[in-house]
Amino acid sequence: MANPDIARLEGIAREGRVQILRMLTHAGSGHPGGSLSVIDILTALYFNRMRYDPRRPDWEDRDRFVLSKGHCVPAQYFCMAKAGFFPMDRLITLRKLGSALQGHPDRVALPGIEAATGSLGQGLSVAMGMALGLKLGGRRARVYCVLGDGEVQEGQVWESAMSGPKLGAPDHHLDNLCVVLDYNGIQLDGFVKKILDIEPVIDKWTSFGWAVLEVDGHDVGQVDKAFDQAEAIAGKPVCIVAHTVKGKGVSFMENDPEWHGKAPKPAEALRGIREVLGGAAPDWARPIITELEALGRT
Amino acid sequence: MPAKASRAAFGEALLDLGARDERIVTVDADLSKSTMTAAFAKAYPGRAFNVGIAESGMIGLAAGLALTGRIPFACSFACFVIGRFETIRVSVAYTQAPVKLIGTHVGVAIGEDGYSQMGLEDMACLRALPNIPIVQPADAVETAQAVAYAVEYPGPIYLRLTRQSLEPVHGADYRFQFGKVDLLRPGTDVSILATGGPLANALAAAGKLAAEGVSAEVVNVATVKPLDEQGILRSAGRTGRVVTVEDHSIHGGLGSAVAELLSEVLPTPLKRIGVTTFGESGDPKGLYAKHGLDTDGIARTVLKFVGR
Repeated sequence: MANPDIARLEGIAREGRVQILRMLTHAGSGHPGGSLSVIDILTALYFNRMRYDPRRPDWEDRDRFVLSKGHCVPAQYFCMAKAGFFPMDRLITLRKLGSALQGHPDRVALPGIEAATGSLGQGLSVAMGMALGLKLGGRRARVYCVLGDGEVQEGQVWESAMSGPKLGAPDHHLDNLCVVLDYNGIQLDGFVKKILDIEPVIDKWTSFGWAVLEVDGHDVGQVDKAFDQAEAIAGKPVCIVAHTVKGKGVSFMENDPEWHGKAPKPAEALRGIREVLGGAAPDWARPIITELEALGRT
Repeated sequence: MPAKASRAAFGEALLDLGARDERIVTVDADLSKSTMTAAFAKAYPGRAFNVGIAESGMIGLAAGLALTGRIPFACSFACFVIGRFETIRVSVAYTQAPVKLIGTHVGVAIGEDGYSQMGLEDMACLRALPNIPIVQPADAVETAQAVAYAVEYPGPIYLRLTRQSLEPVHGADYRFQFGKVDLLRPGTDVSILATGGPLANALAAAGKLAAEGVSAEVVNVATVKPLDEQGILRSAGRTGRVVTVEDHSIHGGLGSAVAELLSEVLPTPLKRIGVTTFGESGDPKGLYAKHGLDTDGIARTVLKFVGR
């Protein structure tokens, strides 16, 4: 899409970071680091890229989004609420009994979620099936799939990576499929380089026949431009390697494996929110700050 | 009607159904000549996908196809399908993605290839998952109808098919009913509930038992999940003794399902005939004899069970 309003997208991503910290604090558990690393990518997808209608989540011509690194679903829940799939005030039901906002994406519980993910490694194969199914059905919709960098240690990812560029040939090449690798460098047990280095990851995807692009995953303008390029590539699926920072935007969470899967306490969330907002809190953020201050006193 | 392997009847049915419904696609992992989808692939090359030897990817791909309006048959040996349990659990069963999972080469009856190719725990695994029925047709007539049913069924479903030929137990006018047992031979002394490969042997054993003065009822349990509880309770109530027969582990398969039902609702003496090992190489007849799944073995076990 032409001329994205970068300032608008950055504003949404900032709000997303605040809401991620808020919902994880209420939940008392969850994954802030990866949610904060992926939020700019999801913002670019939900607010300047994908075609969908929140009032018709099963609209057949919608673009599909599969968050294969399902533990970072708070970032997606924010985007869905912001886009109108459900009211924003429902975000704080994350992980609570009876909530559609399950700890990992749940297609059955929440309209607008396309696949059940969280068991890492499965999302790409499902997204590929969707891309192929859409082609076979003569639909022009596109499929976006976000993988984690630790996740690509799963064998099932490479089964799909190997067949993706060949599947559907010669009539239905999967050039309607765009993968984004959220390369934040950290997985649960520590740094990806130390656990199991995935390098040379660009060579790997390239050698399997994918078109590979590389971006700064926190520069929404760059990310958006890469989606433009990906749409223009015919005959093969695309993998965008997005270099990101785990915990991006909250100084004490950035690049610290501790914050892969630990919820902030109210005081920590407030500190993070002030950092994200920079200056004075805008109107929409004030009730959240008051709410978390109250939570901190209980 | 000649004996035919249920995998062969499946392949023929799919070819036929594929001509009528463009949504039907196959996904294979380099075993299409064995799962018998090769004929479909030849007839409809644009609707047959071979992902190479990659069963997890095959099942995930099928889930995505199902979620975008296709009717995918994901096919491999039962042991390889069920080996990707986690993908079935999350991407198919939980998601209720209407994937048609096909597991062929079930049981010790595959013979010489031995333990690593024998599907002996597939029903046990899938019985633990909500949302996914298990159907094991008894012969070619029933297989063709079960495949047609799977196409119409709105959710995921698993068909358990044999490598070996199956003697016909139904006439051409038979109508498969999902979720219903099928009384093949009435009797009064004992109910033999059988599924799949050894069903014909159970029928032959009932003939032998009659000569010994034992009236055995033989019931075909094609839908192993959900179990036809009323049908099985009626038979057990009539005869007061139940024997289950399956070419599958007795832990978690038909025998377990029947044991769970009877012990909760109608405690009835029960004997389970089936496999208790990983299997091994050998000739299929010899393996059936070793595991008590041949006609003589079933008759012998039933005689002992009824105390004659």
